[in-house]
Amino acid sequence: MAEMAIKKKRPKNLDLPTIRLPLPGILSILHRVSGAAIFLLLPVLLWLLQSSLASPEAFAGVKGIIGHPLARIVLFGLIWFYMHHFCAGIRYLLLDVDKGVGLEAARRSSKIVFAVSIALTLIIGAKVLW
Amino acid sequence: MVNRILVGAHYGLKDWIIQRATAIIMAVYTVIFLVVIAAVGPDSFDAWRGIFANGFMKFATFLFFVSVFYHAWIGIRDIWMDYIKPDALRLLMMIATAAVLVGYAGWAVQILWRM
Repeated sequence: MAEMAIKKKRPKNLDLPTIRLPLPGILSILHRVSGAAIFLLLPVLLWLLQSSLASPEAFAGVKGIIGHPLARIVLFGLIWFYMHHFCAGIRYLLLDVDKGVGLEAARRSSKIVFAVSIALTLIIGAKVLW
Repeated sequence: MVNRILVGAHYGLKDWIIQRATAIIMAVYTVIFLVVIAAVGPDSFDAWRGIFANGFMKFATFLFFVSVFYHAWIGIRDIWMDYIKPDALRLLMMIATAAVLVGYAGWAVQILWRM
C-alpha cells in the first residue's frame, strides 16, 4: 500500500523561469550561492592575508591590488555575500529555536536580513575600500 | 535480509550541530574583528600585523578559520549531494573539497604562526 502511494504520479513544476520565488526563497538561494562563492574565493583571501602580513612591501602590494577598480567591485560583492550569509544565517539560527516561523514573521525577517546586510555592506565597503 | 531504516535515528545530527556551532563562532569573531578594525584603523603594515601578533587575536583567528573550513565542508558537501547525481563524480567532488579544506587549514596555521 505504502509503495503504491509513493509511485502515484504527482504534479511536478521545476520549470525554473516560471517559479516566482518569494523573498524568503530568494534569501535562501542567495545563502547557498554566497556560501559557494566565499568557498571558491578562499584561496584568494588566504593569499591576500598571507601577503599583507609578510612584509611592508607586500602589504603595500595588497593595498594596490585592493585599490584596483575591478578588485574593488569583486570585494564589494564579496562583502555583500559575507554579510548576507551572516545575517541570513542568524535568521536561520532563530528559526531553529522556533523564533519567527510564521509566514508573516518569516517574510518580515527576510526583509530585515536584506536591509541590514545591504546597509552593513555599504558601511564596511565604504570604510575598507574607499 | 537486512532491513535497515535510514530515518529516525541521529543520522546527520552531528553535522547539523557542528554547522550551527561553527556559525556562532564565526559570527562572534566577525563582530570582534570589525570592532578591532574600527578601533585600530590599520592603515599601516605595523598596525595590521600588530592585530594578528596579539595572542588572543591569533587564537581567535585560527579558531575562526577552522570553523570556516568545517562549516564550508558541510555546506559544499550538501551542494554536491543536491546537484551531482553520478555517484563516482559526487564522491570525487567531496574528496577534492575535503582535501583542499584540510590544505587551507595547514596554510592558515602557517600564515598565523610564521608571520
